Parts: sequence; C-alpha cells; structure tokens
Amino acid sequence: MKAKRNIQRFGLVALVFTLFSFEAVADVPVPDIPEAIKGEQCVEEIGFMRRNHMELLSHQRDDTLRKGIRTQKHSLKNCFTCHVVKGTDNQPVTVKDPRHFCRECHDYAAVQVDCFQCHTSVPGGAKTTGTRP
Amino acid sequence: MSNEQQTHSKNKTQDNTQDNNKIDNYRRKLLGGSAALAGAAALGPGVFFTSIARAKPDAEPASSEVRWGFLIDTNKCVDNCDKCVTACNDEFNLTGFGRPETDAQWIRTVTLRDKKTGHTTKLPLMCQHCAHPPCVDVCPTGASFKRPDGIVLVDKHTCIGCRYCMIACPYKARSFVHETIENQKEYGPRGKGTVESCTLCVHRVDKGEIPACAEACPEKAILFGNMNDANSDIARRMASTASTEIRGDLRLDLGVRYQGI
Repeated sequence: MKAKRNIQRFGLVALVFTLFSFEAVADVPVPDIPEAIKGEQCVEEIGFMRRNHMELLSHQRDDTLRKGIRTQKHSLKNCFTCHVVKGTDNQPVTVKDPRHFCRECHDYAAVQVDCFQCHTSVPGGAKTTGTRP
Repeated sequence: MSNEQQTHSKNKTQDNTQDNNKIDNYRRKLLGGSAALAGAAALGPGVFFTSIARAKPDAEPASSEVRWGFLIDTNKCVDNCDKCVTACNDEFNLTGFGRPETDAQWIRTVTLRDKKTGHTTKLPLMCQHCAHPPCVDVCPTGASFKRPDGIVLVDKHTCIGCRYCMIACPYKARSFVHETIENQKEYGPRGKGTVESCTLCVHRVDKGEIPACAEACPEKAILFGNMNDANSDIARRMASTASTEIRGDLRLDLGVRYQGI
C-alpha cells in the first residue's frame, strides 16, 4: 500500500516537473531559420546539413578554386541564394543584418563565420561600381 | 576522362594517321557535350570559331591538356585608351581609395620609350601566368598555386598576407588588400589582408567566355585562347608571327606573349 502511494506521489511530482520543463523550453529563443524560396528540400538531409554543412562548403571551395570544378550543389552561393532574406526595400539583406540566413544560427550558437570577409553575402553580389577616384 | 587521355598517349607511339584520328576523336568528344557546344559556335561540320573558348562541363576539373593565355599585339594598342583596365576594374569592383601606390591593380598600361629613337610602345601588363611562377615558389603556405590549365591564382583561404609573392613577381602583378571590402562580386571574392592578382577571368573561362579585358578591347589587341591547341587562333598567330615574352631571360615560360616589342 505504502509503496503504491509512493509511486503515485512520484508520478505526480514527475508530471509537474515535466509540465514546468516544457514551459521552460518554450521560453528559450530558437533561431528563426528562413525557409528556402524554392520551397524544396535542402541539397542534403536537414540533420546531415546541420552537422556537416561546413565540411561540404570547405570541400566544395577547394574543388572549385584549385581544380576548377564548378558544380553548384554544395556552394556557399547556393546557401544564401535559396535561403534569401529580403528587407523592407525588397532587396536581399547582407550578412550585416541579423536576419541573414547564416547569421540566424551562427549568432545563436555564437560561432563566428569568416566567409563573408571576402565573399559577398547576397545573391548576385554587389553592383558594378568600378570607378576609381 | 583520364582513360581517354591514357588511350591518347598510348596511341602517340603508333603510326601518325592513327594518331591523328585519335586526336580528332578526342576533340570531338570534348566538343560533344551540350555545355561544350554552347561555347563554340558551329559554322558547319567540324568548323568552329576557335577563338571562342570552349566551355568545360561544370563537374570536370581543369585539364593540363589546355594552356590558357594571351597574345597581345602592341601595334594595335591605342594611346589614351584604358578600356581593358576599366573593364577589369568593373568586372571585380576594384575601387580605389585615392592611394595609387597601394590601390589594387590587376592590369595596367605601360608605355615604353626607346631612348635612342624616341619611339614609344604602349602595352597592357597583367599577371603573366608563368608556367614556372616565382610567386608559387616562394609562398610559405601554398596559397599561391597554378591550375592545371596554367592559370596562376591565390587561394585566399590559406593566404596569410605575407606578400613574399609580391616581392618575387618580376612583373609587379600582385596587389595587397589594405582595406575592408564590401562590394565583392559573386564570382570574385576579395578580402582585407590577402594578396590578389589577375585571375585570367577564370570564372568566365570555365564558362567558355573570354576574359573581360580581351572582350573590352576595341582594337582586338588582346587575343585569348588555348596555346596548346594547334588549331586555335592564338596558336596559329603565334606560329605565323613573331612574338616575345617580357623578361624572357628569366625563362618562366609565360602565358602572356607580346607582338611588336
């Protein structure tokens, strides 16, 4: 009898804890990842991409630059072309904007991404302004 | 691809006629893909505008069978024209900061004056895409490298900005990026703290297009093509007319040759 009551009490406590912890999870801000504009599946399975996108990118970069293999599937350009975020002016936002696709997660995980020190972060790159003073 | 090359080299040892046929078959295969055909306009069976670069299929790596290069006719180069320079600056958004000593310069015009006769020659000078590039020799990180098709590039992912390559280059072809850059083109990443130079418009060449400077020259003084292909315009003109390398005494086997100097 006593054992049964103990189990019941434990069950109640567990239930309360579970409810509280669910509430706690709901409070944690999660990154709001921009959907792909094509509305399609990513180039690889989502879980795989979460873990391995950096490997794919660095593999692709060496293949493209050093060997001249120019397939687009795993390119950096493909990431922000599919997951483009447009601002109020209907222009794609650059990586300076926290809503940028790469920044959504990288800010959240506090992982610095160096790609855009050299690469453009918007589809099509900058407009031609090749005038020299 | 590699099998095809092997068969090709094996057949080299056999009699000439068969060898020629093999080469033709090989070329036909190269031209066969639809992507390849996009770059070469067919005039009739087996007749092509060979001056137009062949498009390489995206998934195929650059081939050492090809040697991309320029043949520049200085006699056609007009005074007070800098359309090639402007085209290059536009292509890669090479904006200056009002500091000519350090601003990026991938191509520049040089005027040579014969002291005795006073005769001047103007020519465009860019990375000479050496077969034995001193910049690659001195690079401590392996960032300077030569593609199999002869294009010399900087891998900015590994460049540490030491600038040894700039010192080693006999043509002063390389620039260092001193400022933060935000107006990069999609195909032309550029960043502070790395060295850069003419890429022979590798992004265009891989698509079967010709480099921006060659396209922009109103006098068609810059001829682009595959130096290894005996039937290309560039190889035929090199065979028929005298051309020379700048500082040929260094024996770097340049990818850029000049006529009229």
